[in-house]
Amino acid sequence: MTKTVTIAHGNGGEENNELIKKIFYKHFENDILAKSEDAAVIEDGKLAFTTDSFTVSPLFFPGGDIGKLAVCGTCNDLAMMGAKPKYMTCSVIIEEGFSTRELEKIVKSMKTELEINGAIVVSGDTKVVPKGAVDKLFINTTGIGQIEHKGITASGLKEGMSILVSRDVGAHGATIFAAREGIELASSLQTDCASLYPQVKALIDAGIHIVAMRDATRGGVSAVLNEWAKSSDVCVEVTEESIPVQEEVRGICEMLGFEAVDLANEGTFVLCVEKADEAKALDVLQRTHTTSTVIATISEQHKGKVILNSSWGTKRFLDLPTGELLPRIC
Amino acid sequence: MCLSIPSKVVKISDDKTMCTVDTMGVQRDANLMMMDDEDIVIGDYVLLHIGFVMNKIDEDEALASIDTYREILEVLDEDDKKRAILEDDECEARGEQYAQEIKS
Amino acid sequence: MGLELKHLYDNFRDGDTIKAYAKIIAEDAKKLKKPINIMEVCGGHTHTIMKFGLPQLLPDNVNFIHGPGCPVCIMPKERIDHAYVLSMQPDVILVTLGDMIKVPGSNGSLQDARAKGSDVRFVYSPMECIKIAQENEDKKVIFFAIGFETTTPMTAVLVEQVIKQKISNIFFHINHVTVPEVMVELIDSRDVHVDSYNNQIDAFLGPSHVSVISGSKIYDKFPKDYGRPVVVTGFEPVDAMQGISMIVKQFVEERCEMEVQYKRVVNHDGNLKAQALIEKYFEKMSLFRWRGLGNVPDSGLKLREEYRDYDAEVLYKDVLPIAEIEDHKLCICGDILRGMAKPQECTIFGTACKPTTPIGSCMVSSEGACAAYYKYGNLI
Repeated sequence: MTKTVTIAHGNGGEENNELIKKIFYKHFENDILAKSEDAAVIEDGKLAFTTDSFTVSPLFFPGGDIGKLAVCGTCNDLAMMGAKPKYMTCSVIIEEGFSTRELEKIVKSMKTELEINGAIVVSGDTKVVPKGAVDKLFINTTGIGQIEHKGITASGLKEGMSILVSRDVGAHGATIFAAREGIELASSLQTDCASLYPQVKALIDAGIHIVAMRDATRGGVSAVLNEWAKSSDVCVEVTEESIPVQEEVRGICEMLGFEAVDLANEGTFVLCVEKADEAKALDVLQRTHTTSTVIATISEQHKGKVILNSSWGTKRFLDLPTGELLPRIC
Repeated sequence: MCLSIPSKVVKISDDKTMCTVDTMGVQRDANLMMMDDEDIVIGDYVLLHIGFVMNKIDEDEALASIDTYREILEVLDEDDKKRAILEDDECEARGEQYAQEIKS
Repeated sequence: MGLELKHLYDNFRDGDTIKAYAKIIAEDAKKLKKPINIMEVCGGHTHTIMKFGLPQLLPDNVNFIHGPGCPVCIMPKERIDHAYVLSMQPDVILVTLGDMIKVPGSNGSLQDARAKGSDVRFVYSPMECIKIAQENEDKKVIFFAIGFETTTPMTAVLVEQVIKQKISNIFFHINHVTVPEVMVELIDSRDVHVDSYNNQIDAFLGPSHVSVISGSKIYDKFPKDYGRPVVVTGFEPVDAMQGISMIVKQFVEERCEMEVQYKRVVNHDGNLKAQALIEKYFEKMSLFRWRGLGNVPDSGLKLREEYRDYDAEVLYKDVLPIAEIEDHKLCICGDILRGMAKPQECTIFGTACKPTTPIGSCMVSSEGACAAYYKYGNLI
């Protein structure tokens, strides 16, 4: 562990895991926490409980804003545990001088997303801090949901199962990079930020047994697959050319030296089902996004690792992303 | 090598110091100060590196390379077909079936 | 058929073409009199080779020796320390390219410096320095310039604009290095303490974009004076396979030549305007230390005397450390770079020296031989 916290510790990858384990888990140790799922399952499997903080910059980006992100982020964490989002809290830390008009715009976005999830905000807190103490606006949300599909866990993957992705990947991360100051790109690319509960409900209603499910936020699809491979001690074998990526996301990745599977998503999830359920699950998912597809299968080849199989017969490991994602020259 | 990517020029500034390039639907501005004034026109394919146009891509050479690859694939395809036929002719199991077919 | 942008990507990454070249190389390699070792000089080629799994497609008698990697990772520790020290100076904004962020010096990396409160900014293009300088007129913006010949002319353009626009608060710390000199050093070192006679490099896969700037003329001497073929190759996997195929054919046909595979952008003369810009603002330093290799004569650049007012190394010479910092005595990067040892033979490989705690240049670079073996080792 380094002596001071660095930006990399917030990246959702290796350093982040290290920080969480060595400081937080060490002292907060308990069985529920140790599971490290998207949301905690409490009260004997009846409820899902989660929290998240949002510090995205810029606050407004093509297809969304920090408010939409906050509601989607938390409600999606609940949906990923098979729970219907019901109640939320909303705490904000506002920098002195922030525009009240922009604040209302953000809150209105949150309202729209809450309606899609069928959830309500029941408690909150507001703090205003001096200029410079936060970067314009930070939002923290917690959510409680009622579990409708039990048993979703990262440690249940077995050989022969199929992994699907709900739509093309990397759109959110690519959009944020394109919108940031200093990298001026003009494209029609939008974030994929969206509430996932409707799709989860459709899967449950179709009678599909969901083995594992997780939205691919920080660290992208790469982070999810690696976590699953480790938690279940299996090998995730990805067919590289099957990973769906929009042309424009590809363009941004080429320009800046990124891989689409490492980029964050805010409305895309990865799903693991039994092989027998694969066709039905694909059918359900494709009703929302035609780009949804099967990307991987589970084997025992290199346990705990993710392998990318190329279309010309070579393989390589897909590792957990490390460090800060920055454009490179080399 | 250094990360450089092919892009298409879609706009050039009046003073010819900057241009706009397009890479798979993503557009960004690029600096033209490493190129001579008359070198680049709209529609050209160029190589981009850290925000600068480094060089123009020679379309004829690019097409020539693509042709070479097509020829190689065709030749190998032919070879594969010939080999498949040869293996088929020499296939013992097929010989038996053939003999049976003649009998019936 | 007209050329479209997607052809420039898709056709040079086509799986069937890659497999086709694998077959051609395998056939030709049967006629090789002895195994050959090809060095890909530039980290970008190492990246392509590893990412697309090309070693898995080659026969046993065609091998890679991974070259020095990226231009940052070959920088000696004392120069990385310069970046750290400069970033800590009062009223300084240190600007550099993203590759510099994690490279560790004696006190830490620039990432660590930023965590301690210094103003370090990573940019996509050197020209962003101008906006930073205009928005922070009371600060000194120091551009820590890195890169091979590909990136050097861009720094030259920035120098020119700083002078033309009379910007008084931008300074430069130049760490540009050149490629042909290190290629010579690897196969024919002038350093009496270095054993370069036993190097195993038989041929070079020439860097793609260095050559766009400098032209393929810089490699003419390798077949002529050093008996090593050079094939200047593009960075897509089909380019790499075609380049390797051309090298294998040279050995089979007993030729030793400089050839260009990357014809769509590389010609003999290169980008003359870029070369003139480099010539105008920079000159060669007689000695520049490369991490893992020691001094490589004439391989480093610095600002010309008449521009010393913009040179951060001159301005801050009182605080910049000059003592040379040797690599760990167990580090054998020098031998690995010459093909005389493999990463697994290093006693600290994978234990004390790994990507999160790199000790030598081959591990610092994500494209260095050791980093590549660490990451892909089991599957190669």
